[in-house]
Amino acid sequence: MAMKFEKTGEGTYLLDVCGYVCPHPQIYTKKSLEKVSEGEVVQVVLDNPSSVETIAQMCDQAGNEMLERKTEGGKIYLRIKKG
Amino acid sequence: MADQVDNSKKNQVKAFLVTGLLIFISFLYYKVSPYYMYVVAYIWFGFAYGMMLQYGRFCFASASRDLFAAGVPRMAVGILLALIFFSLVAAILTATNMTTFHAGPIGMHEFIGGLIFGVGMVLSGGCASGSLYKIGEGNGTSMLAIAGISFGQAIFADVGGVFNNFLPQSWVDTANAQTFIPKDKITAWFDYFLAGDVFHKPMITLDKTGLVSGMQGIMKYLLSDAIINTIIPALLLICTIYTFYIRKGFMKKRAKSGASTGLGAEMSGVWSMITASKRTSLMGVLIGITAGLHIFVLKGMQMKFGVTNFGNILTRLGHTADLSIHGTVFDPGYWYITTQEAQFGAWVLEKVGWNMHDNIYFGVSNGIPEPWRNPALWMSLGIIFGAMAMALLNKEFKFKLPKGELIAWGLFGGLFMGLGARVALGCNIGAFFIRVAGGDPGGWLFGVGMVGGAFVGVKFFNWWSERKMAKELEAF
Repeated sequence: MAMKFEKTGEGTYLLDVCGYVCPHPQIYTKKSLEKVSEGEVVQVVLDNPSSVETIAQMCDQAGNEMLERKTEGGKIYLRIKKG
Repeated sequence: MADQVDNSKKNQVKAFLVTGLLIFISFLYYKVSPYYMYVVAYIWFGFAYGMMLQYGRFCFASASRDLFAAGVPRMAVGILLALIFFSLVAAILTATNMTTFHAGPIGMHEFIGGLIFGVGMVLSGGCASGSLYKIGEGNGTSMLAIAGISFGQAIFADVGGVFNNFLPQSWVDTANAQTFIPKDKITAWFDYFLAGDVFHKPMITLDKTGLVSGMQGIMKYLLSDAIINTIIPALLLICTIYTFYIRKGFMKKRAKSGASTGLGAEMSGVWSMITASKRTSLMGVLIGITAGLHIFVLKGMQMKFGVTNFGNILTRLGHTADLSIHGTVFDPGYWYITTQEAQFGAWVLEKVGWNMHDNIYFGVSNGIPEPWRNPALWMSLGIIFGAMAMALLNKEFKFKLPKGELIAWGLFGGLFMGLGARVALGCNIGAFFIRVAGGDPGGWLFGVGMVGGAFVGVKFFNWWSERKMAKELEAF
């Protein structure tokens, strides 16, 4: 198990924190959003439901936009645009 | 789409099976003896806590950790709301002599224990109650955390030998001079800590202080235990969190939209913070009320059966080997985590030949009942099953084996929490939540320590995750 943060295209990134539990997904999400530029999009993949509520509020407070939030096959997919 | 509907139905069936299993177990207990309805009450309050904890993602570790690490106050606010509502119910129960609550010894051990506990809960990813509900979600790291809590406490409570060389002489002298505990039960470091220090500290609830000596009736308890000890500090904390974490962003948004500023705007800001995570705040209110009801029901059952401790019932049923030398077992009468896990750890260690009765914690105070006759342990199992049912219904159950670094974080975090809980005589629930709402100011000492420990844990994880992110960014 390893955290993965990679550039997937122009202005898009993938943060994969599957297998991780609190507080790792929210800390890595915060740090990855700090690393990208305004307007760029980070897709976060995680499987720890407890982290999602915190990430949603974190985005709201920081002015980042949650473009998509879906659950498939036990994994949660978030698309966040840095504001 | 058809697959999703199919999985949803499967999850519902599993949730009903989990609930049905507990109903069946409850029925079996009743058939063995109506006295076991006492255990059944613990099971179902545990189940209710588990459902609410999972639905609200209610975790005391998250409260300070997410505040420090991500600037998110939802959980801190949820806990403070739970405290406010619980304190109101608790004050009414105390006033009507329907409470099982008792204050703990007040002193710096609560702060120190809270500090150790706070580090542990951040490392493991959940507090004592949070780890239980996360087991219900299938989280293997939390299972390791609970294993760490169980065995860490049991071993700490029984270890003497070379560790006794580090005892302050005053504790040894005081412990040896007392007459209320048999000398053969004072063997471990923890025994000297209890008999030589902690047991001699005052136990205070504000209603018994001079603060409200002139008052009578229910107002006395509402003013001292609820309003002064709990509600005012909780409201001050809510305002502080708003000022430091929310206000700037909220006012900026208002200014952008051309809305007015002033006191009304500040109140709107506080309200928006409270309602930012409705499920957490709503569960905070419900948990607070349920914790009060729990006390009421357990006190009622004690009156119905004419007992003051479940040990009285075990004696009537002939299970005397389960008991401490005082004929008691651990039976808090309210929501509590950690001692029942320690009892389970001790029960396992005795099965492999360790004598766990030659100490105060198990031998004199809590006993080591068989797990199926341990009411508080059933409450912990109830939390796991309640959370599992809720997670299944919300399609959030997923069994995850701990891997890599999480194995170390889970185990060490659990050990730290176990150690902290013993030093403070309780965890985030027993030493903080219940005590504060019950009017015991010592609960805040644990709370301050716990937040301080969480701050240290967050600093460590920030450093750790920054290192890993830097490695990933090298590839860009």
